[in-house]
Amino acid sequence: MSLRNVGIVYRKELTEALRDRRTMVSSILIPLFLFPVLTFGIGYAFVEIAGEASREPSKIMVLGGEDSPDVLQQLRGARNLRVVPRSTDYVDLISDKKIRAAVDIPPGFQADVTRGERPEVKIYIFKDDLKSMLSATRVERLFTEYRDSLVRRRLASENLPATLMKPFDVEQQNVVSDEKVAGESYGGLITYLVILMCMTGAMYPAMDLTAGEKERGTMETILSSPIDRTHLVFGKFFVVLTASLATATLSVISMGGSFAILARFAKEQSIGEGFPMLTMHPRTVIAVFVMALPVAVLFSAVLMTISLFAKTFKEAQSYLTPMTFIVIVPAIAAVLPGIELTSKLALVPILNVSLLCKELVTGTYHWNYIALIFFCTCLYAGIALFLAVKMFQRESVLFSS
Amino acid sequence: MIEVRNLSKYFRDKKRGEIRAADDISFRCLPGQIYGLLGANGAGKTTTLRMLATILEPTSGTAIVCGHDIVEHPEKVRACVGFLSTATALYPRLTARELVQYFGRLNGLGDDVLKTRVDKIFDRLDMNGFRDRRCDKLSTGMKQKTSIARTLVHDPAVMIFDEPTLGLDIMTARAITAFIRECRDLGKTVIFSTHIMSEVEKLCDVIGIIANGKLLAEGTLQQLREKYGEQDLEEIFVKVVAPHYVSSEDH
Repeated sequence: MSLRNVGIVYRKELTEALRDRRTMVSSILIPLFLFPVLTFGIGYAFVEIAGEASREPSKIMVLGGEDSPDVLQQLRGARNLRVVPRSTDYVDLISDKKIRAAVDIPPGFQADVTRGERPEVKIYIFKDDLKSMLSATRVERLFTEYRDSLVRRRLASENLPATLMKPFDVEQQNVVSDEKVAGESYGGLITYLVILMCMTGAMYPAMDLTAGEKERGTMETILSSPIDRTHLVFGKFFVVLTASLATATLSVISMGGSFAILARFAKEQSIGEGFPMLTMHPRTVIAVFVMALPVAVLFSAVLMTISLFAKTFKEAQSYLTPMTFIVIVPAIAAVLPGIELTSKLALVPILNVSLLCKELVTGTYHWNYIALIFFCTCLYAGIALFLAVKMFQRESVLFSS
Repeated sequence: MIEVRNLSKYFRDKKRGEIRAADDISFRCLPGQIYGLLGANGAGKTTTLRMLATILEPTSGTAIVCGHDIVEHPEKVRACVGFLSTATALYPRLTARELVQYFGRLNGLGDDVLKTRVDKIFDRLDMNGFRDRRCDKLSTGMKQKTSIARTLVHDPAVMIFDEPTLGLDIMTARAITAFIRECRDLGKTVIFSTHIMSEVEKLCDVIGIIANGKLLAEGTLQQLREKYGEQDLEEIFVKVVAPHYVSSEDH
């Protein structure tokens, strides 16, 4: 292996890549601007929508309750509720989101309550519709308060202490560091992002340096030079790897920056209370990158090998698009809650690194798994690289016409 | 010097089975001579020349180029060969000078040698007006000059031209044929392929006629005229090839 030759190819391919607008856009501009836009866009939309929903009174309908004036009055008087006139088509109205909920108060409710009969109030909702759920919560809270006030009044009239109904309190308290909490909330996302960006960054140069070379007719030119084909592959491979890691790094920096700004903004506006903010130890960032390195090698080699079979850039694109899904599925699987690292999953490429990094981000280091997964991924990457070199020796692949 | 020994290349094709693109070809090209490989499209010219340039590997047989076996030491062969064809395009995002330098470095030239060599070539080919312009911004003629500079940068003893004038306008094509003559005058071994009779008549010291991957006739223009009793090369070509002819459409 001649490092000089690999270096010559690397320098030349990198020069060309840096002069290519498409490469610059896909590898540098997109990661730099995508995350701030996404973070602020989603953050803004979230704050706006949530704010609007919390300010706006919920439109509800009350069914029955003519003989229960106390409750009816409270519902009508509630600031966060707006009672609309009764009609029989409330199910359709809820389905069409014309009203958010309907409260069904049984006949003789107030009298039954006074007699201690335990009647049941029903709230009809559109399940999982954000605004409908919110209106139900509001109505329910109103009824709960009404119930509590009744209980208090009864206890007082009997001269019994208020603690009779509630002899003790239960409270949850977090004992884990902010780093771990943030890791648990965002760890999966960050890992997914690093992996996805390793792939996105590698994709364009991988196509450009193989299928692009064929399409532009420079393959024959370079093959007629004395350079060994193995050196040529390695020179190209390192450029693809550089792009892959550069994109991943830029994405993390840009995302970290966006999150930090968003966190400060949220603090100033005192919104997002109890929203775990992203705090990552530099050590963790380094650990994630070390694990991402063999993944980047794997992607670079695989993408190059596949695009080498294509005659044109377009053809390469159609080969690589399905690859994106193959990569995204295990990466998403790792984000899902409940999937945890096992020795079998540790052998599944991409999924293993995603799961491991999720742990790393929470500050947990399982050294056995780290060693196993690093070794495994290096092995897969090595195989992919070997295949890339082999394919570059095959005339049928190089001159597929 | 090129010595081709029983060189064959077979391709597998799903529809047509085995294709013998080059079939047991043997010939010699000497330094200071131009060897012309004449054949119709699909006759096997490109395959033969690509094997000599070690871009393709032969199925059987071999060739000795500047004393190196193309199968045993392809890198050494490539280091002493300049290969030019219409398919050898330039890197669009490099400047003319960067491109020539890149190929010089790949040929193992050190920076000092490379600089003087590149300056000399750029002067000689009158390329200084566009030396720092990107290749995708060059005219066809400028591109051709850059390609020539690329093949010359390592001062190869053997020049291989695969249909170098294909698709070029008359002036650019003439520049190429002038360059081929110049290579011969410098004592280089020159082999080139074409299907244009007039180019062969004007340039070649030795002519090889190829069809269906087989070398069917060989000799100087005079020898071929005497052997086939025709003055016109086109008539000679038809006489040689007609019994073996398979049109390129069937190919």
